[in-house]
Amino acid sequence: MRKALIAPVVALTALVLAAAAGAAGARHAAVAAGCDKAGLPLVTKGMLTIGTDNPAYPPWFGGGELKGSKWKIDDPATGQGYESAVAYEVAKRLGFGKAQVMWKVVPFSQSFAPGRKKFDLFVNQVSYSPVRAKNVDFSASYYDVAQAVVALKGKPIAKAAGVAALKAFKLGAPIGTTSYRAITDVIRPKPGPGVYDTLNDGVTALKNGQIDGLVVDLPTAFYITAAQIDNGVIVGQLPAVGGQQERFGLVLGKGSAVTACVDRALAAMRADGTLKKLVGTWLAKSAGAPILK
Amino acid sequence: MIVVVIVNSPGWPAVRRAFFDGHEFTSSLPEISRAFLTNVEIFCIAEGFILVVGLAIAVMRSLPGPVFFPIRALAILYADIFRGIPTILVIYILGFGAPALQLSWLPTSTVVWGIVGLVLIYSAYVSEVYRAGIDSVHPSQDAAARSLGLSRSQSMRHVVLPQAVRRVVPPLLNDFIGLQKDTALIALLGTVEAFRQSQIDVAATFNFTPYLATALLFVAITIPLARFTDWLLNRDRRRRQSAGALG
Repeated sequence: MRKALIAPVVALTALVLAAAAGAAGARHAAVAAGCDKAGLPLVTKGMLTIGTDNPAYPPWFGGGELKGSKWKIDDPATGQGYESAVAYEVAKRLGFGKAQVMWKVVPFSQSFAPGRKKFDLFVNQVSYSPVRAKNVDFSASYYDVAQAVVALKGKPIAKAAGVAALKAFKLGAPIGTTSYRAITDVIRPKPGPGVYDTLNDGVTALKNGQIDGLVVDLPTAFYITAAQIDNGVIVGQLPAVGGQQERFGLVLGKGSAVTACVDRALAAMRADGTLKKLVGTWLAKSAGAPILK
Repeated sequence: MIVVVIVNSPGWPAVRRAFFDGHEFTSSLPEISRAFLTNVEIFCIAEGFILVVGLAIAVMRSLPGPVFFPIRALAILYADIFRGIPTILVIYILGFGAPALQLSWLPTSTVVWGIVGLVLIYSAYVSEVYRAGIDSVHPSQDAAARSLGLSRSQSMRHVVLPQAVRRVVPPLLNDFIGLQKDTALIALLGTVEAFRQSQIDVAATFNFTPYLATALLFVAITIPLARFTDWLLNRDRRRRQSAGALG
């Protein structure tokens, strides 16, 4: 009974507030009505709680480690790095100022655990797939991504000119990634793949010679070769798994009322060139690797 | 009662979808079963080494006299260290650390280093089990053997150890079951065994049913082993009792 009463009350309040916001001059014209923050079912009232994993890696996050902050390598709250910038832009279009965005450490496996979510949005290079979308909501794409193979300079794998030439090598990928599927579905190498809990473990295995090549998304590949290993080289980009363009989406709780609003914000960002501009700012270096056929 | 509470909880439909999806179960089971063979391989090889190394440590530790003090101290140090460090850390340190030395004669295989880690840890546990067995054999047994002209090592080999080992078969099997479950930790090094395969399936579908399939596989192998231990124990007790009645 109680629950049944609360819903209309909330809806009514939202309507009134939305009307008030409209009267105030439609500040958030990009996002249509029904998405005013007061009416959204948020984890913390008045705040947009965004989850991502710790450490936060470039080029997705930036700004380095801040003193007294729990974030390692980079800090999402700086607004630097592609995903941080996209998240703040989405937040802005939903009516949240920078101070009203709260970042929370959410390990990848927690992002899709059943039960009430501890975040409103989760942003951590999660690739959309129809099967996954049965258990969580995905936003529209905020980045169309390709997978790439990283190896050590001078090793035989570094000379591979095509996908077929990769079959003989031992490859690895972080768990739960499309990178893993690129190994098993696109390359299909003879040795079984190495599958790692974290990107760091994969990089260590590559350095140790436990794997010949590490498959990661292209921007991460550029980061690894630029910053994590001295003698790294990008062997090339891989064709998309199943011929479908891979895309990163924000993860939301299944059936979240926020999803449609985030989608509208992302559509507006795509239409007015904001997404393109952010890619230019944060991922410009991530273009131009040879394409393996 | 608990079942009723769970089934009527508000989150139950979501949990049932996420953990008890029949389709996910049947589609993930064959792959996980194949990967489980890696676990079987790992614990079979490891157990062989563990039983030998553990016994050696236990014997080292029961050497008497001040001459053998360094050996005893070494054995104690070993057991203390490897029972103290969490298994997960030993596997991480060995699995990623040893190959990082870049010594060409050292293997880089994750399975090999995983097995080495498990052998180090479980030998420490098992040596304590053996030691308890050795201590449980009454000193008069050793004294009698020595008075018959057996040397110290002969007495250990032919009189003390056969009695000691028979007594500690159940705790040894207990540790063996622990070892079977800990093979899942080798997944950390990148090896695709049953647990890692189920993680891969879970991450691909965002559905947790593959974990259930893996759990069932582990249980399926430990239950027969537990019954076998029971049977062994009962047989041993029967034999001793009948021997007592006769004697």
